[in-house]
Amino acid sequence: MRQTRTIEISTGFFIILGFASLFFLATQTTNIQAYSGNSGYTVTASFTNVGGLKVRAPVTMAGVHVGQVTAIHLDPRTFSAIVSMQISQRYNQIPDDSSASILTSGLLGEQYIGLTPGGSEAFLKNGSRIQLTQSAIILENLIGQLLFNKASSGSK
Amino acid sequence: MRFLLREIYYIALDFLQGVGSICLFLFRLLRYTPTALLRWRIVWQQIYSVGAMSLVLIMVSGLFVGMVMALESYHVLVKFAATAALGTGVALSILRELGPVVTALLFAGRAGTALTSEIGLMRATEQLAGMEMMAVDPVRRIVVPRFIAGAVSVPLLTMIFCAIAILGGYYVGVDLMGVDQGAFWSQMRVNVDLVDDILKSVVIKSIVFGGAISLIAVYEGYYSLPTAEGVSRATTRTVVNSSLAVLALDYLLTALLFHGA
Repeated sequence: MRQTRTIEISTGFFIILGFASLFFLATQTTNIQAYSGNSGYTVTASFTNVGGLKVRAPVTMAGVHVGQVTAIHLDPRTFSAIVSMQISQRYNQIPDDSSASILTSGLLGEQYIGLTPGGSEAFLKNGSRIQLTQSAIILENLIGQLLFNKASSGSK
Repeated sequence: MRFLLREIYYIALDFLQGVGSICLFLFRLLRYTPTALLRWRIVWQQIYSVGAMSLVLIMVSGLFVGMVMALESYHVLVKFAATAALGTGVALSILRELGPVVTALLFAGRAGTALTSEIGLMRATEQLAGMEMMAVDPVRRIVVPRFIAGAVSVPLLTMIFCAIAILGGYYVGVDLMGVDQGAFWSQMRVNVDLVDDILKSVVIKSIVFGGAISLIAVYEGYYSLPTAEGVSRATTRTVVNSSLAVLALDYLLTALLFHGA
């Protein structure tokens, strides 16, 4: 009888340990916040080029994570990219003339949206559109421009 | 030439027969699974001998796999001054491939063989025949609980393996190699996706692997020849077949699940 009890306790311990590990993996190693954060307001911004920006990329302000990209699609009339982002309700006092730019963390890192605050008295709210945007820097274009400049200055 | 063709023909026929009979056996097991779950004490005891007893092996292996992954990745990443990506690299390789596959292979060697030889010896010593004489269906009483226990244990062991491996990688990367702790976790959290890397990879793969290994182990045991040599051969076949099945299924699942990603 005593042995049965030991066996059952060990099995219970094993099963709990397994689920605890799953919990650890899900909460500590993944982007679970990107799935759970539904409380917030959505703003949009249009960019001429989003580069390698992906859905669920972080939106930051002064380096602080304030939200995430929820959708990216093409405006069929202007052919610019419309990026929807959800900003956490805690940060509901962002001036509505703030500008959004697509930045890269490190030389080859992930792309994210950085917000730079403006000076307006009115704040961004659900559905507002960020007017001032700066597109992603495309490395190939930059190199192309550099080579072109070199060539034109060399021919003089 | 004709001899060779005939040999190939028989080998192919044997293979088809094996696949067919293991599928029929699976249906038989699945039919009895709901009633076996009602007698949970037997299953519980089997989970102890199959899963809980493998815990130490899995934890130690997980620790070392994680540690060596971190060490290897560190030496590559440090050349590109990208050690901040160490956490991402370790977590993704563990979660997507190494965790489920290594756990499954270790489980096949540690517990699959035990299942096969136990059932095979019951067959050889005519315990199974004795049960049938008492109108107890040995498939229901012996085989199904062991199958369920194996299929339940592998996913749990895989979770434990992955968690310990990531902690081992953390220890080597952050404590020994001096990678920044914040970068280790934050980069991992940005790049490891809950659905793609945990649910689709770890959970689905480990459930499939657990089912496949347990099925092969109990099948080989149940149909082993009732001799000492027959049991030993069945045990060998369990390890060989379940390892091959795990590797083949791993490729298939990866191709199916990460089709777009």
